[in-house]
Amino acid sequence: MQTMRTYLEEHPFFEGLRDEHLELLSGCAKNIRVESDEYFIRTGKEANYFYLIRHGKAALELYHPNRGPIIVQTMHAGEVLGWSWLLPPFQWHFDVRAVEFMRLVALDGECLRTKCEEDHELGYEILKRFTHIITARLHATRIQLLDLYNG
Amino acid sequence: MNHADNPLLPREFRVSKIARETHDSFTMELDPAKGAKALHFASGQFNMLYAFGVGEAPISISGNPGNPRTLTHTIRVVGPVTKALHGLGIGDWVGVRGPFGTNWPVRESMGKDIVIVTGGIGLAPLRPAMYEIMENRGKFGNVVLLYGARTPNDILYEREVKKWRSQFDLHVNVTVDRAAGKWKGNVGVVTTLIPNVHFDPYQATALICGPEVMIRYTVIELRKRGVASENIFVSMERNMKCGIGHCGHCQLGPHFVCKDGPVFRYNQVKRLLDIREV
Repeated sequence: MQTMRTYLEEHPFFEGLRDEHLELLSGCAKNIRVESDEYFIRTGKEANYFYLIRHGKAALELYHPNRGPIIVQTMHAGEVLGWSWLLPPFQWHFDVRAVEFMRLVALDGECLRTKCEEDHELGYEILKRFTHIITARLHATRIQLLDLYNG
Repeated sequence: MNHADNPLLPREFRVSKIARETHDSFTMELDPAKGAKALHFASGQFNMLYAFGVGEAPISISGNPGNPRTLTHTIRVVGPVTKALHGLGIGDWVGVRGPFGTNWPVRESMGKDIVIVTGGIGLAPLRPAMYEIMENRGKFGNVVLLYGARTPNDILYEREVKKWRSQFDLHVNVTVDRAAGKWKGNVGVVTTLIPNVHFDPYQATALICGPEVMIRYTVIELRKRGVASENIFVSMERNMKCGIGHCGHCQLGPHFVCKDGPVFRYNQVKRLLDIREV
């Protein structure tokens, strides 16, 4: 049987994380399932969690008053969703909808922040990993701004 | 001097089929005049299409090299010549010179994985390579097609791409820059698909076609995966005029794109892509 610890260990985001840190993180994690077309993150709501996608696909959406929801990015198994839990005001800036049935590990942001404050090595590890993701997404967004296919 | 001897003389072809692809592009099928020979071509080559009384434009061949009797071109309407071609109907005449240029190294890549990365209208010159690969599917390893478009409405050959996606022996991933709610596919630039696709980077040939900025970022991602520069091939676009390397309009450093290209080994043009003025 898969334990929470195994789920964390197997996800690329936590690859190479030390055993004691994985153990600590397991205490902040829970499994969730989201049905297709269900919104599980809403703009302006409190960002209490971040998510490791284990299965399925999510769409990050911005709502435009005249055009309705616009999908700006899709995310897949192996990716991490959400960093709004890291910094105040801890609020989501997107809507997120499951494009198909999803299985995720939800990590409690408040629990994690407490553990990171207590154990700075863990905090630094987590920040490094999130910085890598934030940088990659910023880079992808910049490329997207180039209107790549309109040569 | 007949047409076969003189590459500067256009041959007459008749428009046999026209299909709208997107808001600004269409596919045109051409048949040779009665009694004339078919134009044999290789995947990646292009023709100069002549709209009588208007002028010529270089257009990649997007049909099946195994069926040279019909010449297929997918054309984006961007200037007077392509606009005139867009205005033609079934049975109208077009002048054709070609085929010109180098081809995708499809046969040379047998036994290896194939990774095709393309964006926008760039799928057109790669479609002949896809046909060739599919007809010899057993002779290749993993075959990956990553295709990016601005929106779902800008996807070329939608039905065909859907068919490829449904095949078990192809890995086809399509992504768009933005989409409305009903789109079930990926959103994000095509380069973001590269880290997660399954292929052996040390035994793969990569074929890239799209705007140069897309080529640049695609090469970066492929190199990160471990694909060697000499196994990456790119299709370049310049202002091709004569098609035979005489006029110099398409000069790219020491190369003439019409004759030495359009398909280059990335190593050949790497340095030139970094020079802003070229």
